[in-house]
Amino acid sequence: MRKVLIAAAAMLVASVGAASAQGKTKVGFVYVGPIGDFGWSYQHEVGRRELVKALGDKIETTYLENVNEGPDSERAIEQLARAGHKLIFTTSFGFMDATAKVAKKYPDIKFEHATGYKRDKNLATYSGRFYEGRYIQGQIAAKMSKTGTLGYIASFPIPEVISGINATMLGAQTVNPNIKVKIIWVSSWFDPGKEAAAAKALLDQGADVIMQHTDSPAAMQAAAARGKFAFGQDSDMIKFGEKSQLTSITNNWAPYYIARTKAVLEGTWKTGDVWGGLNSKYVVMAPYTNMPDDVKKAAMDTEAAIISGKLHPFKCPIVAQDGKTVECKGGANLDDGQILSMNYFIKGVDDKVPGAK
Amino acid sequence: MLVLERRTERSMVAMVVSPLIAITLTLVTMAILFALLGKNPFSALAVYFLDPLLDSYGLQEIVVKATPLVLIAVGLSLCYLANVWNIGAEGQFLIGAVCGSWLAVTTHGTEAGAWVLPAMLVLGALGGALYAMIPALCRVRFGASEILTSLMLVYVADLLLDYLARGPWRDPKGYNFPTTAEFDAVATVPLLIEGSRVHIGALFALAAVAIVWLVLSRTIKGFEIRLVGAAPRAARFAGFDSSKMVIFTFAVSGALAGLAGIIEVAGPVGHLQPNFSPGYGFTAIIVAFLGRLNPIGILISGLFLALTFIGGEQAQISMKLPLDLTRVFQGLLLFYVLACDSLVLYRFKWSSRSASRAA
Amino acid sequence: MLLELIVVSVIAASTPLLLAAAGELVTERAGVLNLGVEGMMIMGAACGFAGAYFTDSTLLGALCGIAAGAALAAMFAALTLGLAVNQVATRLALTIIGIGISGLIGAGFVGERITPAPHLALPGLSALPFVGSVLFGQDAFVYCSVLLILAIRWFLYRTRPGLVLRAVGDNHASAHALGYPVLRIRLLAVLFGGGCAGLAGAYLSLAYTPFFTAGMTAGRGWIALALVVFASWRPLRLVAGAYLFGAVTILQLHAQGAGMGITPQLMAALPYLATILVLVAISGTRRMAGSTAPASLGVPFVPDR
Repeated sequence: MRKVLIAAAAMLVASVGAASAQGKTKVGFVYVGPIGDFGWSYQHEVGRRELVKALGDKIETTYLENVNEGPDSERAIEQLARAGHKLIFTTSFGFMDATAKVAKKYPDIKFEHATGYKRDKNLATYSGRFYEGRYIQGQIAAKMSKTGTLGYIASFPIPEVISGINATMLGAQTVNPNIKVKIIWVSSWFDPGKEAAAAKALLDQGADVIMQHTDSPAAMQAAAARGKFAFGQDSDMIKFGEKSQLTSITNNWAPYYIARTKAVLEGTWKTGDVWGGLNSKYVVMAPYTNMPDDVKKAAMDTEAAIISGKLHPFKCPIVAQDGKTVECKGGANLDDGQILSMNYFIKGVDDKVPGAK
Repeated sequence: MLVLERRTERSMVAMVVSPLIAITLTLVTMAILFALLGKNPFSALAVYFLDPLLDSYGLQEIVVKATPLVLIAVGLSLCYLANVWNIGAEGQFLIGAVCGSWLAVTTHGTEAGAWVLPAMLVLGALGGALYAMIPALCRVRFGASEILTSLMLVYVADLLLDYLARGPWRDPKGYNFPTTAEFDAVATVPLLIEGSRVHIGALFALAAVAIVWLVLSRTIKGFEIRLVGAAPRAARFAGFDSSKMVIFTFAVSGALAGLAGIIEVAGPVGHLQPNFSPGYGFTAIIVAFLGRLNPIGILISGLFLALTFIGGEQAQISMKLPLDLTRVFQGLLLFYVLACDSLVLYRFKWSSRSASRAA
Repeated sequence: MLLELIVVSVIAASTPLLLAAAGELVTERAGVLNLGVEGMMIMGAACGFAGAYFTDSTLLGALCGIAAGAALAAMFAALTLGLAVNQVATRLALTIIGIGISGLIGAGFVGERITPAPHLALPGLSALPFVGSVLFGQDAFVYCSVLLILAIRWFLYRTRPGLVLRAVGDNHASAHALGYPVLRIRLLAVLFGGGCAGLAGAYLSLAYTPFFTAGMTAGRGWIALALVVFASWRPLRLVAGAYLFGAVTILQLHAQGAGMGITPQLMAALPYLATILVLVAISGTRRMAGSTAPASLGVPFVPDR
C-alpha cells in the first residue's frame, strides 16, 4: 500500500514538473528579506514582476524569500540551479561567497550578484549608484531646512551607507557650507518602531529634514505627523507622507533584470560589473514634491547634470574629516573603487564613523 | 464532562500511536491549507516530504541542516529534563562562533598548523559554556528567571557579533564590507563526503546523541537529571543539589551550542559575518520537544525538521508556495505533537461535574 | 522643551510594551505562563491592520487585533489547560504559527496605508506647556493602556473575582478544593492576556507606525514578558518598568543624535543589558523579602492529581 502511495505521489510530482517546463527559460531570485518588507527585497520583487510582464511568455520566474545569509544561502541558490534555472539573481551582499561557490559548480548557469565584488565567467555583479540621488537630496534638504540641521537615520556603517552620508553632505554644502547633520545608527535595516523613534529623536534635537538609509516608511510617517519634511528610501513613499515627502530614491531593478534576461534568451550574456545610476534609470528619483519651484528646478538641473556626466558628486578635491585631501584616483573625481570602499566621513560631518580606528 | 486523568503507568500503545496521530493531523491540516490556496494537496505534500528524499543531494543537505539542530537540541534536552529553561541557545551558538572565529582571524595568513581547527572547536565550546554561565549564575545566585536572562543575552550576542564582523575583524581586503576574510584551510571543518557539504560536524552530532543517551539511561547523573526535573522535593531528600544541576545543564547545553556555532562558521559558511545564523538556537528548541527530549527522538526530529526546511524551499521553487506556509506547518506539527503526547501521560474520562469536583 | 518631546516619545514607545505586559500579568497571576506574546502581538498587528483597512475605523481595527490575539491564546489554552501540555513548548509552537499566519494575512497589505489613529486634541488643554502634549495630546491607545493598568489593579486587589484569580495562581489545589473552577478562570485569564497582546500589536500597526510589514513587532513581545517579572507581578510597577525600558530605548537614540560617538551596537544592547541587571537586582532583593511570584506559575493543573 505504502509503495503504491509513494509511486502515485512521485507521478504527481513528475507531472507537475513536466507541466511547468514547457520550454520556458527559468529565472530565479534569492531575497534576503520577506517580500513584505516594503524595502530592499520588495523592490527586487517589483523588478521581478516587471520582468514577468515584459517577458512572461518566454520565461518562468521563481523567488526564494527570507533566505538567511549564512549556511542556508548556498543551498537555496543551488536548489534553484538544480531546478533548472538558467539565470539566478542573488540580491544581497551576504550571498556573495555562496553565489561564487555555486557559480563554480554550475558553469552553464548565469549568476548575478547584487552589491558584491566577486566576479567569474558566469558570475556578474550589479548595483545602483544611490549616492547620486543622495547628492540631489542633500541640495534639496539644505534649501528646505530652516534650522540648518539634517537628521539622518542610518542602518550600519558599511561603505554604501557612509558614501550616502558623504554625498548628501557634499550636495548640501553647495547650498549651505555650514550645514550640520545628526546621525542615528539603528543597527537594523528594518525595525519600524525603532526607525520611527529615531526620526522623532532627530526632530526633537532640532533637525527639520529627515533622511533615511533604512527600509520602512516609519520615518516618513513620523516626519509627516510633525509636519516636517523627509525623503523616502527604496520606493516612492508619497502615500505615507503626502505633505512631507520631498522626493525618494527608488531602486528600479526592472531595466537591468529585463536586459540581462533578454541577453540570456539571445545567448549574448557576458559577465561584467554594472553599477547603474540615474543615467541608466536603475536609480530613479520620485517626483519632486512639497517644495517651491526654484528648489524643484535646481534639483532637476542637478539631476540632469549628473545624468549627462557634467557633474560627479565625488568631484575632487574631497577633503576628509581629518582635514586631509583624499587621493584622487579617478582623474577629476574619486574612482569607483574608492567610492565602493569608503569608510571615512568628509569634512563637515561632526560624527565619527562607528568602529573606525 | 470530559476530564483528564493521569495514567498510572505510561501507555506503550499511546507512546507509539501519538506521534503518528500528530503527523496525520498535521498532514490533514496542511492539505486543507493547500487546497484553500488553490494548490493540489497531494503534489504539495509530495514536494514537501518526498522530493528531498529522492536524490542524494537532498539527503546530504538534510544532514547538513540537521547537524547543528541536533547538536544544540541534545544539550537543551538535558536542561528541559531537569526543569531548567535555557531559551538562549541562539546566543550561546553565536558566542561559540565568535570565540572560535577569533583564532581563525588571528592566525589568518600565518603559518599556523593543523592545531588551529581543534583549538577553534575547543574555544567555541568553551565560549558557549561560559556565556551560558551568565543566566545560570543569575538564577542560582539571585533567583533571576533564566528564561528571560538567557533570551535577553541572545540580542546582546547578536550585537556583539555584529560589532566584531563590521568593525575590528572585517577583512582588510574586503572593501570594508562586513565580513571576515575567508578562513584558511587549517581553520576549516573537513568534509565527510567530497563534493557535498556534509562535514565532520555530523559525527559530532551523532557522538553527542550517543553520549547523552548513555548518560541518561545508564548513569547516576542521568537519573539525577530526571529526578531533579520530575520531583524536585524527592531529589532534595536524595541529596541532589538543584543549583549544581542548573550550572551543569547550562554548561553542557551552552558548550554544545557553542560547538555547533563554530562548526557552522568554519564549515558551511567559511567566514564570520553578521546574521549568519538562521535562528538555529530557537529551532533547536522545537527539535528538542518534537523529539520528546529523548536523544534518539531528537536525532529523528532534527532530520525531519531539516526535511521540512528543504522541502519548504522546493515548494517555493516548484509550486510557488509562500515561505510563511512552512512556518505554519512547523508550528502546527509541534502543536499536534504536544497535544497528542499528553495522551501518553493522561487519559480522557467521562465524569459528571460533581464527581470531578469531589475527586 | 526637549524634555517634553522626549517624554512624549517615551510614552509612545512604551505603550505597546505596557499593553502586552498588562495582559500577561493577569495571565501569570492566574498561574499560567504564556510565553507566546510575540506571536499574539504580530497576529494583532496583521489582523488589526486588515480590519482597519476594510472598515476604515481604528476602533474596529483594534477590536480585530484583540480578537486575533485572543484566538491564538485560545489555541494555547486548549493545549496547556485542556491537555496539560508543557507551557514553554506550546508557546514556541504558537509563536511560529502566529508569525507564519500573520505573514500570510499581511502579504496582501504591504505598502497599503490607513488613516492613523487620531490624537486627542482638547482646545486649550492640549496647548498647555509640557503637560499639554504629555497628558492631553496622546492617542487613544495610550489612555487605554493607563486605564487598563488601573482597572487591573482595582480588579486584582479590590474585587472578589480578582481575589479568586490570585488564589488560583498561588495555589490551584486549594482553590480547587474550595470549589473554584480553576480551569475556567485560567481560560479567561489566558484569553484576556491574548486580547491585550493583540491590542498591543494593533497599536503598532494602527498608531505607532501605521502600516503593516512582516516581523514589525521586532521582539517586543519578549520584552513585555521580562517586564512582568521586573514588576514582580504588580500593575503599578509594570508602568514604571515599561516607561523605564522605553526611556532607555529613546535616550540611546538621543545620545547618538547628540554625536556622543558611542558604538551603536553597544547602544542597541543597552535596553537588554539594563533588563538583565534589573531582573537580577529585583530577583535578589525579592529573594530576601520572600517571593512574590504566583506559586503555581507554569504548573499544569489536572483536577484529580
